[in-house]
Amino acid sequence: MIDFSEEQLQRYSRHILLADVGVEGQARLAEARVLVVGAGGLGAPVCLYLAAAGVGTIGIVDADCVEISNLQRQICHFTHNIGDAKADSAREKMLAINPEITVNVHYEYLRADNVLGIIGGYDFVVEGTDNFPAKFLVNDACIMAKVPFCHGGILRFRGQAMTVIPGESACYRCVFREPPPPDAVPSCSEAGVLGAIAGMLGSIQAAETLKFITGAGRLLTDALLTFDAKDMEFRKIPLSCQEDCPVCGEAPEIDSLIDYEQGGCALAGA
Amino acid sequence: MEVTVNGEKKRYDCRAMPVDALLADNRVEAPEMVSVQLNGRIIDRQRYRDTLVVDRDEVEFLYFMGGGR
Ligand SMILES: [Zn+2]
Repeated sequence: MIDFSEEQLQRYSRHILLADVGVEGQARLAEARVLVVGAGGLGAPVCLYLAAAGVGTIGIVDADCVEISNLQRQICHFTHNIGDAKADSAREKMLAINPEITVNVHYEYLRADNVLGIIGGYDFVVEGTDNFPAKFLVNDACIMAKVPFCHGGILRFRGQAMTVIPGESACYRCVFREPPPPDAVPSCSEAGVLGAIAGMLGSIQAAETLKFITGAGRLLTDALLTFDAKDMEFRKIPLSCQEDCPVCGEAPEIDSLIDYEQGGCALAGA
Repeated sequence: MEVTVNGEKKRYDCRAMPVDALLADNRVEAPEMVSVQLNGRIIDRQRYRDTLVVDRDEVEFLYFMGGGR
């Protein structure tokens, strides 16, 4: 096990104080490898919290550059980062918070032909993408590669999250069989989102990641957490593995990865 | 019949109702952006018309949420 220095013991003291984390849990965090798909509204708080928590290796997948319209919610990007690669902008802040970690950047959009190679090196994936083709691709790839992940989605004042342990708990496709027709999906610019919603949902995903690594508590598996910030109502809807799920069911009809047509957010990637 | 929809009990003056009528009654404007779970099973979209909801059923409308950026 890792031998923490006096300074590290201080840095992580509020974790170490937790009976469910302790020095052992902190050591597991230091040895963990987590991939964050999308350094946007959800990915930004996830990246910051995982870096602060001392997750040893964090990968970021994002091919986009920072735009001024991102700054209302994507809190790891600052005004001076406009035009920079989001992955670099996120990495800069993560290393400023915690220079002891390693941050890998993947300037790519996930596709059927590269996703397995990218997620293969990680213990856990945080799915913070903004489009259904990417959400289904991450689900299917994680099921096939048996990599646990946490799904997150936000829209207007609402958010949803679920953690998936392949082979054990319900997957995204158990609930959402296939991407909705592209013309039914409201575009990003049409729908809008309250900035702080991204922080709420991203923090939930970061907490799930830290729980998975340390083994603390019970994961958000076989359940969909949904909230509506307009009245601050949270619900945890029980789910179960569906035997007719096209990817994790008893006779899966999907045996290869699919690049779906992009919906409303036509140009948006991870 | 009494049906629980998204955690709330609702009364209907009928003994059974197809899933598509329940969606309409609950003013779900874009059913293609919703998955329907009936007593723990996800209902196939093509079967909304011939799947009946009856007394004491539990129904969840699960919304697709695509945003993340
Ligand atoms: Zn499944």
